[in-house]
Amino acid sequence: MSGDTFLGMPSFPAAAAESTRNRRLRANLSHATRTIREKRARAVAELTDWAELRAAGKAIKDHTLRHLDRYLLQLEAAVTAAGGTVHWAVDAAEANRIVADLVLATGEREVIKVKSMATQEIGLNEALAAEGIAAYETDLAELIVQLGDDRPSHILVPAIHRNREEIREIFAERMAAWGRPAPEDLTDSPAQLAEAARLHLREKFLRAKVAVSGANFMIAETGTLVVVESEGNGRMCLTLPETLISVVGIEKVVPSWRDLEVFLQTLPRSSTAERMNPYTSLWTGTLGPEGDGPSAFHLVLLDNGRTTALADQVGRQALRCIRCSACLNVCPVYERAGGHAYGSVYPGPIGAILTPQLRGTTSEIDASLPFASSLCGACYEVCPVAIDIPEVLVHLREQVAGQGGHRLERAAVKAAGFALDHPGVLAAGERVAGRARGLLPDRLPGPGRGWTDSRDLPDLPGQPFRDWWKKNRSRSRSRSRSRKDSR
Amino acid sequence: MSTGRETVLARIRAAIGAEQGPPVTGPSATGLGLGPGPGTGSSASDPGAGAGSPQADGVTDRLAGRRHEDIPRDYLPVHRDEDPAALLDLLHENLADYRALVHRSTAADLPATVARLLAAHGSRTVAVPADLPPDWLSAAAGVAAVVDDGTLTAVRLDAVDSVLTGCALAVAETGTLVLDAGPAQGRRLLTLVPDHHICVVRAPGQIVASLPRALPRLDPTRPQTWISGPSATSDIELDRVEGVHGPRTLEVVLVTES
Ligand code: SF4
Repeated sequence: MSGDTFLGMPSFPAAAAESTRNRRLRANLSHATRTIREKRARAVAELTDWAELRAAGKAIKDHTLRHLDRYLLQLEAAVTAAGGTVHWAVDAAEANRIVADLVLATGEREVIKVKSMATQEIGLNEALAAEGIAAYETDLAELIVQLGDDRPSHILVPAIHRNREEIREIFAERMAAWGRPAPEDLTDSPAQLAEAARLHLREKFLRAKVAVSGANFMIAETGTLVVVESEGNGRMCLTLPETLISVVGIEKVVPSWRDLEVFLQTLPRSSTAERMNPYTSLWTGTLGPEGDGPSAFHLVLLDNGRTTALADQVGRQALRCIRCSACLNVCPVYERAGGHAYGSVYPGPIGAILTPQLRGTTSEIDASLPFASSLCGACYEVCPVAIDIPEVLVHLREQVAGQGGHRLERAAVKAAGFALDHPGVLAAGERVAGRARGLLPDRLPGPGRGWTDSRDLPDLPGQPFRDWWKKNRSRSRSRSRSRKDSR
Repeated sequence: MSTGRETVLARIRAAIGAEQGPPVTGPSATGLGLGPGPGTGSSASDPGAGAGSPQADGVTDRLAGRRHEDIPRDYLPVHRDEDPAALLDLLHENLADYRALVHRSTAADLPATVARLLAAHGSRTVAVPADLPPDWLSAAAGVAAVVDDGTLTAVRLDAVDSVLTGCALAVAETGTLVLDAGPAQGRRLLTLVPDHHICVVRAPGQIVASLPRALPRLDPTRPQTWISGPSATSDIELDRVEGVHGPRTLEVVLVTES
C-alpha cells in the first residue's frame, strides 16, 4: 500500500492536536459539517421509506460481497463484450504500473482526472509523475488541493480546510505554472474563483486525449459504470478524451441495473443532501452511437487490501461503504480533529475502520485510528448502508491490543485520550444509541457516566481506558510479558 | 495482468469460500450467456436449491446468503401521486428548486417558445442533433443552427452559444432529466460544452414519478447523462455556485398537448 501523500504522518493524536490548534480549520470544519448535517437531515426526511432503502442497500452490498468473485467475473465478461478491457491489480504498485503503461502506450504525457478516492489511495498522481506523466485534477476542490500542494481533508469537500482568501491566493500564485493563469483582477468571491477554474481547466479538457476516473458503481449484469458528480468535470473527462481508464475498488460492483434505484436515491441525499446530484454519467464499455465518448476503455479492478477486509467477518461491512461522507459530518471527533489527522485519503469514522483494514495496523497512525472515537454511534445512525462503525472499531481495538507493542499502544492510548478529552466530543457522546452502548468496553467511561465531569478533569478518562487496554491485551496474548512501563 | 486476476480471485475465494452457503442466481446471468464463475461452488448448477432451506440459512451471515432476487425491497416504488398533472407540477417545482429555468408551452407554441429563449439569451448560434424535429427551430430567425453530423468537435462547440435537445425521460421526484443519446438528443458532448442548454420534455409521455419507475424504461447499453439542475459546486466554503464546467444555464421547456 503506497499512500505516498501521507507517508511520514504523525499518529492520530499528534496530528489531531495540531489541527485542533488551527482555529481557522476548526471554524471552517464546524461551519461545514453543521451546514451539511442539517441539510442532509431534511433531504432524508423527505423519503418516508428511508429505513427500507437503507436495509435494501445493506442487503445488496452484503449479498454482492458474499459472491464477489462471481459478480466480478460477470462484470468482466460484460465490460469485455461491450468493447472494454479489464485489468486486475493486487496492490497499489500493480495498479499504478498498469495505468502508467496504458498512458505511455497512447504516446500522451498528460492525463485529466476526475476525483477518485481509489487513485488517491494508490498514489497514482505521484506514480505517473515518476514516469513523466502529468495528471491534472479537474474537480474544483481537488484543483485547489493540487495547486496548493496540499492533501484532501474531506471525502466530499476535499478543500474544506481552505477558505476563500487562501483559495484566491493559491489560484493567483499557482495557476500560471500549471496552465492558463488566473485573471489579474481575481477577487475572492466564490463565483469568480469558480470562473477562474472553469477557464483554467477548459483548455485542458479540450486538448486531453486520456482521462482517468474512478466509479461509484459498476453493474455486473450489464458492465455499466456510474459516476456521480456536481460540477461537470466528470462529464468532460468521461466524454471528451479518446482513452478512458477507470480505477475502481472491487467492492464497487453491484449485481443489477435495478440496484441503482436504491443507491441513486440514498447516495445524493446522504452526500450532498440533494434529491439528486447535478450530473450522473453512465456508460457501458465503448458501446453507444459512433463517436460518442472514448474509443478505448480500460477498467482496472483494484484489490489493495480489500480482500483482507473481506476475510474479516466483522470488518468486512466497511466494504459496503458508498463514500457518501455522512459519517464525517456527524462525527464529533472529526469535527475537532480535521480530516488530515486520519493520515489517509479516508478520513473520519469510515477512515478509522477502513484504513487499518486496508493497510494493517503496524504503523502508529494506523494502530491509533480505531481509538480515534468516542463510540457515540452517530455515524452508524446516518450511514445509508448501515455500517456498524462502533462495532468494527471495538473489533479493531481488540486486534491492535492483541498485537501489542509499546509504541503502538502509546499511539492508541493517546488517540483515545484525544477523543475523551474534548468536551464537545463527550457531549455528543451522550446521544449514544443504546445498542452502541452495549459495545463499549466495560471500563471505558460511557456517556452520561461522568463524561461531563471530565470537562474539568481532562486527564482522568485516560486511566480507565488504560485498564481496559491492559485487560484486553493480556486476554489476547495468553503469555503476555509483564509490561515494563505501566505509566 | 492475468496473474493479478488469479491472485485477486483466489484471495476473494479464500476470504468468503468457507461460507459460500446457498447458490446465487444473479440477475440476468443466463440472459447474458454467463455461467457463474469458476469456484462459486458446484451448487451453481442447481440454482433452486438452498433458498429457504435451513442449511442455506445456517451460515454466519444469513442475510448475505440471500439470492439476489430475494433481497428485501420494501421501499416504495413512488413517493407521490402519479396523476400526470401532479407529476408535471412536481417536476416543474423540483427542477426550479435546483435552479433550472422552467417554462411551459403547448406543442403548437414550442417553436415560438424556443425562439424567445434563444433571443433572450442573445444566442446567435445553436447546436442541435441531426434528428431534431425541424419545427422546433422554425421560428428562431437569425439564429444559425449548428447541426451535429457526428464530426462536431469540442473545440467547435466551445464557440457555440446554445444547445437545443429533447430527452429520454424526466423523473419528477428528483427533478432529473435523462439523456441517452436517443432521438433528438445527440452525442453527450453536445449538451456538455455549450454554456446554455435548452431541453424539451414532452408531458405526460416522458415524465415518470420516481427512480424505480425510470430505470426499467432505460437501456443500460446506451451512454446516459442524468441532469438535475445546472452544474454546481459548493467547494468554496460551501457557497453554492452555479456552473463550473457544464452549461451554466439550464432551461427546460415542459410541453403539453394543449
Ligand atoms: S461509512 Fe456509511 S456514512 Fe460513512 S461514508 Fe461510507 S456509506 Fe457514508
